[in-house]
Amino acid sequence: MPFGNTHNQAKLKFSSEQEYPDLSKHNNHMAKVLTPAIYERLRSKETPSGFTLDDVIQTGVDNPGHPFIMTVGCVAGDEETYEVFKELLDPVIEARHGGYKPTDKHKTDLNSGNLKGGDDLDPDYVLSSRVRTGRSIRGFCLPPHCSRGERRAVEKLSVEALASLSGDLKGKYYALKNMTDAEQQQLIDDHFLFDKPVSPLLLASGMARDWPDGRGIWHNDNKTFLVWVNEEDHLRVISMQKGGNMKEVFDRFCTGLTKIETLFKERGHAFMWNEHLGYVLTCPSNLGTGLRAGVHVKLPNMSKNAKFEEVLTKLRLQKRGTGGVDTAAVGGVFDISNADRIGFSEVELVQMVVDGVKLLVEMEKRLEKGQSIDDLMPAQK
Amino acid sequence: MSGGGAHDRGDSKATFQQLAVRRQQLSNSSSSTDLYLRYTSGGKMSGSFRRLISGRNTAVLLASLGAGTMATGVLLNENGSLAAEAKKKLYPPSSDFPDLRKHNNCMAAALSPAVYAKLRDKLTPNNWTLDQCIQTGVDNPGHPFIKTVGCVAGDEESYEVFAELFDPVIKDRHNGYDPRTMTHPTDLDASKIKNGMFDENYVLSSRVRTGRSIRGLSLPPACSRAERREVERVVVTALAGLKGDLAGRYYSLGDMTEKEQQQLIDDHFLFDKPVSPLLTCAFMARDWPDARGIWHNNEKTFLIWVNEEDHTRVISMEKGGNMKRVFERFCSGLKQVEHLIQERGWEFMWNERLGYILTCPSNLGTGLRAGVHVRLPKLSKDPRFNKILDNLRLQKRGTGGVDTAATGDTFDLSNLDRLGKSEVELVQLVVNGVNYLIDCEKKLEKGQDIQIPAPLVQFKK
Repeated sequence: MPFGNTHNQAKLKFSSEQEYPDLSKHNNHMAKVLTPAIYERLRSKETPSGFTLDDVIQTGVDNPGHPFIMTVGCVAGDEETYEVFKELLDPVIEARHGGYKPTDKHKTDLNSGNLKGGDDLDPDYVLSSRVRTGRSIRGFCLPPHCSRGERRAVEKLSVEALASLSGDLKGKYYALKNMTDAEQQQLIDDHFLFDKPVSPLLLASGMARDWPDGRGIWHNDNKTFLVWVNEEDHLRVISMQKGGNMKEVFDRFCTGLTKIETLFKERGHAFMWNEHLGYVLTCPSNLGTGLRAGVHVKLPNMSKNAKFEEVLTKLRLQKRGTGGVDTAAVGGVFDISNADRIGFSEVELVQMVVDGVKLLVEMEKRLEKGQSIDDLMPAQK
Repeated sequence: MSGGGAHDRGDSKATFQQLAVRRQQLSNSSSSTDLYLRYTSGGKMSGSFRRLISGRNTAVLLASLGAGTMATGVLLNENGSLAAEAKKKLYPPSSDFPDLRKHNNCMAAALSPAVYAKLRDKLTPNNWTLDQCIQTGVDNPGHPFIKTVGCVAGDEESYEVFAELFDPVIKDRHNGYDPRTMTHPTDLDASKIKNGMFDENYVLSSRVRTGRSIRGLSLPPACSRAERREVERVVVTALAGLKGDLAGRYYSLGDMTEKEQQQLIDDHFLFDKPVSPLLTCAFMARDWPDARGIWHNNEKTFLIWVNEEDHTRVISMEKGGNMKRVFERFCSGLKQVEHLIQERGWEFMWNERLGYILTCPSNLGTGLRAGVHVRLPKLSKDPRFNKILDNLRLQKRGTGGVDTAATGDTFDLSNLDRLGKSEVELVQLVVNGVNYLIDCEKKLEKGQDIQIPAPLVQFKK
């Protein structure tokens, strides 16, 4: 909660043992890392804005997790969280991001010219292409912790900056609390509208407070560039279009992001970024690039093949249903995207998706003809 | 202990200190000294972080954050508390005032920008804030027909520190009861109840419930895990001292076996993690199911919920129509539990303005809901039914409890009021009312006409 020094001081009258959460039935990254000793060392700390260890871990305490799916179980309330609570968050980051060490450096590369190919994914198979990331505005608390005043300030800044975009990026902002029924229906039909989170993972972290105050959706007139304001992060930036021209999607993504960053800087605000963690976002799973580049692709034969999972793992790709995270695939159509977020640059991740999807489509075509795919099996990336 | 903002009204703060000392004397726990030391020394910010943000490192840090971020420059000063101070200047109360234009709850009706500005930066001794009190009301705009309360207390002192909000909310919810000028009567002498045995051809079951909070520990919206566990420990220890027809057993929610769980469901005793956003937005479901549980006596007529919406909910119930006996057991059980916790240096939260202090302002005073499951097949179809209930100050619910619909002609009928009338008065009101309704039902069976009774007086002003 905002304005510092809230409940933490009062809690210190109890011993660490008395406060330590019962994590015996838990399966998430936070629960695996948080020993009583670490809890004891970190519990008296708070960030300058007053975010405490218990604030960081509440979502992980309230959501024990699933035997098969390892959730993160902790969130940041501000940029300093990752510093003040690094004893907890560094190991969580290392576990979640495939061994990323506290001393590792993350490279940022938003020069879409460095992408090879990507403009020729077969549109008979690749139905749509999309790249998303998030950005946080330095100096403001993150969604789990921000006050209404801060959230509104983030909204105001974002809307002002976005209003300056021009050309094919020119667009309009729709505040969630002000939109008309007609606007709402259009945004639903365009698959742009986000609604109040229902996932207990998000609710337990405090992100849905004051809904829908300060939340909204901006998109360009062409409906190919979309920004969510104050949902799970300050900003979620999405570039998307039908078909398989991932290069064009990524070009627009990089251009748009760079323009937005410039507009913010002109107004005296930077994005949260550092050379170890890259772009700083609410959930540790989105650090680094925060980038998910993906396609909706028809793989009815490939997905039934015994080697499907193995291929995905080797290609460093992940599958989801076409409703997004935690949904099932419908009609053999899968959402295929990069599994990594940190330790690879934006260009490198999109390259993996482009190359990987190309290979998967090739395999699909072979299986359609009843041919083998053994010679196409990739090496581990 | 923070000195900020709490008025020192009445005995609450002094009593807490006395209790703390007494508890140390009585306690055989080795952690009591720790408790005291930590409490007075307070917490400290990490040494390395303090060094990082002070002195000549500030320039380096500011530079890395980017020029022109004057806001951040103001924030990153000597230490954390200055950061909070600077933030208050940067975000005046007007920037934080919630948008309540679409809201229909008591909090939204009472919270003007002026009141918000006055109260926003205050803290209770447990560092609970106004924003935390009202979060549930901001997140749940309410229903055009049902006016919810929209705010909760985080501790006993909330009702004092934020009195400028809570007093009008209490007045709104409790029919004009003014905590500044009125006193609330407490009366748990069940022998005063007359005609408390209902005709069991109509009344299927009788029940009385209330809540009790343990003074000195934060309430469910605000409590830390250690506080919640302490509530559990205090209550369960006391309940273990009950004997005779009140002897019973505790079932911790996290530890119960499948078999125990099924039995509690079959007995209609089990409560589960709240799903209502009214409760979840008030932070009450944190750390579920840690330190939550159910105690009941062997005869299954006296039941206590631990750490659900309140520290404790106390329920006395039986099949049939013997409301007098249900209330006798209720009073006797409550008094015994109170005695058992007092032996160990604890008390219930109570004062003469607000009666028993509970999490939701709607449950202040007696916190009492006395009710029956009653069959009224003819009367319930009579167009005058609701008006009769209104005048008798009774509320109908479905047999699943609050926010459920009635099945068939069986209703849950109970008192509407909680504050301004004593426990005895409210139970007598229910007894008189239900007897009147049964009388009406019998008249209608015989083809006779019935009368709408005169409305009951609210309370003595």
